[in-house]
Amino acid sequence: MQPTDVSNPAFFHKVVDCQWACPAHTPVPHYIRLIASGRNADAYMVNWHSNVFPGILGRTCDRPCEPACRRGRVEEEPVAICRLKRVAADNKGDVAHLMPKPAPRNGRRVACVGAGPASLACARDLAAAGYGVTIFEGGQHLGGFIRSQIPRFRLPESVIDEEVGYITALGVETRTGHYVSSLKSLLAEGYDAIFVGTGAPRGRDLDIPGRAQAAANIHLGIDWLASVSFGHVKAIGRRVIVLGGGNTAMDCCRSARRLGGENVTVVVRSGFEEMKASPWEKEDAMGEDIPILNYLVPLAFLHDGGHLTGMRFQKVRAEHDAKGRRQLVPTGEPEVEIPCDDVLVAVGQENAFPWIERDIGLAFDRWGMPVLDPATMQSTIANVFFGGDAALGPKNIIWAVAHGHQAAISIDLLLSGGDVNDRPPPHVTLVSQKMGIHEWSYDNAVAIDLRYKVPQREKSLALADLGTEVELGFDLDLALKEAQRCLNCDIQTVFAPKLCIECDACVDICPVDCITFTANADEPVLRESLNAPSFNMAQDLQVLDGLKTGRVMVKDEDVCLHCGMCAERCPTGAWDMQRFLLDMAQVGTMPPRIKPHAEHVPA
Amino acid sequence: MTYLPKPKLHHPDLPKNELGLTRRDYEGTISTLCAGCGHDSISAAIIHACYNLSLPPHRIAKLSGIGCSSKTPTYFLGAAHGFNSVHGRMPSVLTGAHLANRDLIYLGVSGDGDSASIGLGQFAHALRRGVNMTYIVENNGVYGLTKGQFSATADRGALNKRGTANGDNAIDMVGLALQLGATFVARSFSGDKVQLVPLIEAALTHQGPAFIDCLSPCVTFNNHAGSTKSFDYVRAHNEAVNFLDIITGREPITHEQEPGTVKLVEQHDGTVLRLRKLDTDYDPTDRAAAIDYLAHRQQAGEIVTGLLYVDSDPTDLHGHLGTARAPLNRFDDAALIPGAAALSRINASLR
Ligand SMILES: Cc1cc2nc3c(=O)[nH]c(=O)nc-3n(C[C@H](O)[C@H](O)[C@H](O)COP(=O)(O)OP(=O)(O)OC[C@H]3O[C@@H](n4cnc5c(N)ncnc54)[C@H](O)[C@@H]3O)c2cc1C
Ligand SMILES: Cc1ncc(C[n+]2csc(CCOP(=O)(O)OP(=O)(O)O)c2C)c(N)n1
Ligand code: SF4
Ligand code: SF4
Ligand code: SF4
Ligand SMILES: [Mg+2]
Repeated sequence: MQPTDVSNPAFFHKVVDCQWACPAHTPVPHYIRLIASGRNADAYMVNWHSNVFPGILGRTCDRPCEPACRRGRVEEEPVAICRLKRVAADNKGDVAHLMPKPAPRNGRRVACVGAGPASLACARDLAAAGYGVTIFEGGQHLGGFIRSQIPRFRLPESVIDEEVGYITALGVETRTGHYVSSLKSLLAEGYDAIFVGTGAPRGRDLDIPGRAQAAANIHLGIDWLASVSFGHVKAIGRRVIVLGGGNTAMDCCRSARRLGGENVTVVVRSGFEEMKASPWEKEDAMGEDIPILNYLVPLAFLHDGGHLTGMRFQKVRAEHDAKGRRQLVPTGEPEVEIPCDDVLVAVGQENAFPWIERDIGLAFDRWGMPVLDPATMQSTIANVFFGGDAALGPKNIIWAVAHGHQAAISIDLLLSGGDVNDRPPPHVTLVSQKMGIHEWSYDNAVAIDLRYKVPQREKSLALADLGTEVELGFDLDLALKEAQRCLNCDIQTVFAPKLCIECDACVDICPVDCITFTANADEPVLRESLNAPSFNMAQDLQVLDGLKTGRVMVKDEDVCLHCGMCAERCPTGAWDMQRFLLDMAQVGTMPPRIKPHAEHVPA
Repeated sequence: MTYLPKPKLHHPDLPKNELGLTRRDYEGTISTLCAGCGHDSISAAIIHACYNLSLPPHRIAKLSGIGCSSKTPTYFLGAAHGFNSVHGRMPSVLTGAHLANRDLIYLGVSGDGDSASIGLGQFAHALRRGVNMTYIVENNGVYGLTKGQFSATADRGALNKRGTANGDNAIDMVGLALQLGATFVARSFSGDKVQLVPLIEAALTHQGPAFIDCLSPCVTFNNHAGSTKSFDYVRAHNEAVNFLDIITGREPITHEQEPGTVKLVEQHDGTVLRLRKLDTDYDPTDRAAAIDYLAHRQQAGEIVTGLLYVDSDPTDLHGHLGTARAPLNRFDDAALIPGAAALSRINASLR
């Protein structure tokens, strides 16, 4: 194998599994250590810098970081990264003075359409760099789906108000109740650039017999949730069927339980495992006595005299055809009828751009989505950019934020005469953590505690009120324990072949057998000749040559605990533990950037 | 010196042996030796060997004397029996223990100071008597624990850390072991586990006195230029005569090497030692030839490693003495107090 180029930031970035997986590349272990050392305000600001909505995301994020977390590979479950973020938000105190001040205006004007997380993130970055930003929002409130869709029992409104407030405080102009009905006329208003963050606003319907006749008691999930959110709907029937297996379905069924639904059932066409909802959402729903029935395909809405009485389903099972494609085929068993008073249809969302004229040079693909460069978010009109659900279809908040950052960088490049394809590199620092022979400026002991559960409000209290938050969050004591589970994957094992005397001490001490000295070979052969099985191809090998015996040092990054034992046992200092901080480039220099000093303040 | 215990988490796909144990189950507490000490690598090799052989840790007795090397039994086989004797006296304690309980597997761990200086007499007599044991000398040419004075295995002319030359002749422990009747004699290097681990496995399965002289650089006091026991010097002068695979039990024995390059030695317990010969003239079953060969290669400045001698049908002390089959702690009252009639019989036989 070619020796690894560890000076390429991508190599060590990839070792930090959580940060690599986070669309906004939040430096997770860095903020977890700040929480562990009681510096919640600093932990909050590190998050705020990367993901803009720490309080919101600490409760609602889809957490792509957690399935990626290394802890999940060496033990049973990943670190509760998301809920630790909430700890920083809950305990930060007043951070207003840490926020950037409104910057002097640079004379450029940018319009953002829609006030969801994508637009808000883009607006924050640009406003802090001196751009005059105007957000147009068709509804009455800022926040997009965060405000209208996510139920209050998962996300209190005060958290949204606070975090949206930090953005408007930067001097962003907001025009609520202003639906943009023509991109052509908006372009004509002379904005230097336009960012489109209008989301995926349309709920998919289910056109089967009985739909029209029973319409009064059949509701589209996202419309119904918005009505609940804004207080237009306050009750639902006693028996409710929720169709669909995603986020929306889970929020629908749990909301229904709080609005009078005693018998709420979720029905999905496919298998329980294939549901789009996150495992923890399914768990929460089932914990509120909501059964989830799978492999049932809706056939008809049943009605009597214009009233919905129930639904009929066909039983199916999954089968693989000759080409290996998965299909649902009827089992031949009798059809299933489930009586109900209301049905909530949550079978997916669609993008819609009725307000964008098709003759102004903005190209759409055959699925009706705008043609974009996924790195720059630029459309076929040079100064029109997209982000969030409007860009690549329904995703989640953290992706919307990541798009917002990238679009802001593109807009800044475009308006300052640069090339939008010339992406600014991340800021990277690599600093030794050595304080003594066996003393490090990070806590290198590996805790063996299993993942801690977030305390929840007692069920009867939680179900009694739509506005009562179910999760109570970790208290500081639990947070400290959970934080100790983090393996500090950003503290990198940095190897200096020139110093190595090939004594094997590091090989012998490594608790997870990461390190091997062997003859070089192609990657598949090399992986076979390591001291421990090396099946995880998604994880890189660090291969370095320059040893006296002509062998190579191979370190499989897969399950390294970052415990520093190798560096402690090395007689020559050939291994060092160095903290790798990667801070994604953003527009301007928004304070406070991550500082490369240690998180621990000596007592 | 490491203060934190080694993390308990291990590789998720760590294999298990016939007893359902992982290699980590054969570890001891964390080493307090200097970082990089060759002795720690030998401990790791012992752990690998015992794991590979699926030895039950509680059926092993590890005995040692005094020295950095003699401290190491704490760092492996935490579940085994252990005894730290007075300096140089491990061989007689081991001999006594073996006479009392012949069912345990005996592993003596010692240093060049412990065995070639203060304990030379003990070493000689344990081998001479043929105690069924594995005796490993972790040979660094110095008294590590007392800060690096030359030991009796230091070569004449070797320089110490301050540049002073050693004026005495070196004791060659392999030569002694061959002369004193060890039935398994090997030399290896802490920096080469590929060679060392199978040698320890073979020694542990050997049913007679097995001796391994293992060069083990002392990184703190004897790893400089001018030392003849440093990593660099040993690597540069290492002449391996053979490589060993050990075959325990059922798997078929295949000759994939060219004829003449592989020698199979079947041991008394059924294990087969497959020697991949690097020097085709070397015959590890000929004691006199081995002594001769080693003397010549030593003169040429080579450090010969590998399995140097093995007797495939060894005898041991219990056999020579005709002792009882059972360990003493299994004798019941009737056997221990045979009564007046038995005493009279014995007395009568002596009249
Ligand atoms: C029920 C439900 C629950 C969810 N739960 C989660 C969760 O827990 N975690 C998570 O990460 N994601 C969740 N999501 C997804 C998440 O809400 C979206 O991915 C995210 O909000 C998308 O952000 P956005 O900025 O692209 O658009 P949106 O948040 O959809 O905001 C778009 C805004 O644009 C406005 N708008 C649209 N057209 C115009 C126009 N022409 N002029 C002016 N304004 C306009 C809309 O009124 C809206 O306010 C959930 C989605 C749903 C439906
Ligand atoms: C009776 C007695 N004499 C002297 C000592 C001091 N002493 C302790 S260790 C040691 C030498 C150990 O050398 P070696 O066996 O080579 O072990 P190493 O530390 O080199 O591994 C000596 C002389 C002692 N402990 N007891
Ligand atoms: S830090 Fe070093 S000793 Fe610890 S797991 Fe990683 S490679 Fe092994
Ligand atoms: S402990 Fe240090 S010197 Fe020894 S093999 Fe490992 S890296 Fe090389
Ligand atoms: S003094 Fe030498 S022999 Fe003793 S622990 Fe240190 S390196 Fe090993
Ligand atoms: Mg010694």
